[in-house]
Amino acid sequence: MTLKNIVINNLRRRKARAIFVLAGLFIGVSTVVGLISLVQEMKKDINHKLEMYGANILIVPKTENLSLTYGGMSLGGFSFDMQEIRQEEVARIKTIKNAANVAAVGPMVLGPITVGGHRILLAGVDFTAAQILRPWWSVKGKMPAREDGVIIGSDAARVIGLKPGDKVIVRGRVLPVTGVLEDTGSQDDGLIFAPLPVAQSILGKQGRISMVEVAALCSGCPIPEMVKQISAVLPSGNVMAIQQVVKGRMETISHFQKFSYGVSALVLLVGCLMVLVTMMGSVRERTVEIGIFRAMGYRKSHVLRIILLEAALVAAVAGIAGYFAGVGATRLLLPLFTQGQGHGAVSLDPIMAVTAFLASIMLGIAASLYPALMASRLDPNEALRAL
Amino acid sequence: MSYIDAKNLFKEYGIGAATVTAVGGVNLRVNAGEFVAVMGESGSGKSTLLSMLGGLNAPTSGSFRVDGVDVYALTSDGRADFRKKSIGFVFQNFHLLPYLTLAENVMLPLAIVKMGRKQKLATAIDALARVGLPDKAHRLPNQISGGEQERVAIARAIVNHPPIILADEPTGNLDTHTGSEIMKLFTALNHEGITVIMVTHSNEYAHYARRLIRLSDGRVVDEGTNLQSPQSRKRRRTGGKKKKRLT
Repeated sequence: MTLKNIVINNLRRRKARAIFVLAGLFIGVSTVVGLISLVQEMKKDINHKLEMYGANILIVPKTENLSLTYGGMSLGGFSFDMQEIRQEEVARIKTIKNAANVAAVGPMVLGPITVGGHRILLAGVDFTAAQILRPWWSVKGKMPAREDGVIIGSDAARVIGLKPGDKVIVRGRVLPVTGVLEDTGSQDDGLIFAPLPVAQSILGKQGRISMVEVAALCSGCPIPEMVKQISAVLPSGNVMAIQQVVKGRMETISHFQKFSYGVSALVLLVGCLMVLVTMMGSVRERTVEIGIFRAMGYRKSHVLRIILLEAALVAAVAGIAGYFAGVGATRLLLPLFTQGQGHGAVSLDPIMAVTAFLASIMLGIAASLYPALMASRLDPNEALRAL
Repeated sequence: MSYIDAKNLFKEYGIGAATVTAVGGVNLRVNAGEFVAVMGESGSGKSTLLSMLGGLNAPTSGSFRVDGVDVYALTSDGRADFRKKSIGFVFQNFHLLPYLTLAENVMLPLAIVKMGRKQKLATAIDALARVGLPDKAHRLPNQISGGEQERVAIARAIVNHPPIILADEPTGNLDTHTGSEIMKLFTALNHEGITVIMVTHSNEYAHYARRLIRLSDGRVVDEGTNLQSPQSRKRRRTGGKKKKRLT
């Protein structure tokens, strides 16, 4: 017989009270776990979708350019002291502090060429990176497998009259057309894409590049901070963030997250109040019992331990059950929040499980502290007067 | 010096004009191994006095010493330890915890004592054997009679081997026959050297005590040796000193 036995036997006897305390904490823990899991899964889902948006940082050479373009229409401009980005400098992007957030770096060289009597832009790209940076590309035919293959934008193919398997002659070089892009609705439709070294060679820009596209994974990644970091390692580049989509999406998540935390705090508060009220009732109901304990020589600390141990045991069960219920609820609800496109299954997070378990115990103890103190401070003589 | 020495004990409740004196200047000396019955009408202060003697109710004034220790000079924890080591309480309504078996109820005072699990159980079974219930250790309180519940309450009071038992109306809820059985049990424990102080309404049961104290309005109005008690009869046979006859 120890204090633990007294606690366990009392919980067995007063099942209704124990279940009430359990319910208070269980609802609190499961709600918090559910909402946090939901936010995490929504973030994952949005990050996954953001990756599909491709590049979100653009690096162009620094220039004293007075741009005269508006709405995609170029009205000419005046440029002086034009710099270019050296290709070897691009590797520095992988050395920034947030390098882990960089999914792909796509250097690009641009220059005008003439094909079949038509003036057209030739873009030299890294096709491996291009598939990450432009996940919306759909190619009739195939991507260039050889160094000198090209793919043609849909508009360019229509105007010039090219199809996969044809060949284009550019400045004396014969390049096979391996594929034609489906309509993208972007400027890509009017371009010819060649491997970067081939394009550099044709345009006479060996070792130089016109712009760099960067895809940053946005798991809350600090795009402005990354822009600063890239600017620091690429002084010859003008680094710009394409933030609108990211910001908008992340702000939505952030609002939902704040709302979730608010709801969680409220539910936890209600849960704790349930525990407090139930434990107060329990202490009042057990006044005589506490009086007997004190008459037997139990110290105040013994009574305190009995009440807190009882709360901790129930809270531990509530923590475990609440965690699994929360994750289960997230699994059920996630398709509703992600329009049926949840990014994979909701996984069990051991850190969150331990946190939920410990937090539940701490909340149970905190909510029971006042009733426990009240019990321990009961005047034994007054308690026995209730006999 | 007496084993239990209460001097001019007062206990007042309330403030100013609303003050009620529950115990008004009680002097009480009890030697080790005595069996004392405290009698009186309802509201005479006997239960208050008993709680003061048990270290549960600090007096408004006066001193209370047990074996030379000023009990109310101790801290709260000190008094708890005093009760654990020195006092066994027996209550009128038994007050066994219904969710514990008889053995577990008896082991309650041992829950705060450093002792092996098996040893605790053995000690509890031994205490139950002393009150005549060695075979019912694993029953629940609602599975035994009132008299047996009182025996379990006594076993719980003696399991720690305290030198003093304080019993508050221990036969109040029992029939005459069972009450007599319980009184014989107290007498037997007293013969083992345990000091017993018992509060009772009943003259019949009070006669089991060697000394009778009668309270009225919180004061001792009568005190003397009970010549009808088994001990007194024995002392008379052996030539003991005769005190004032109370009944």
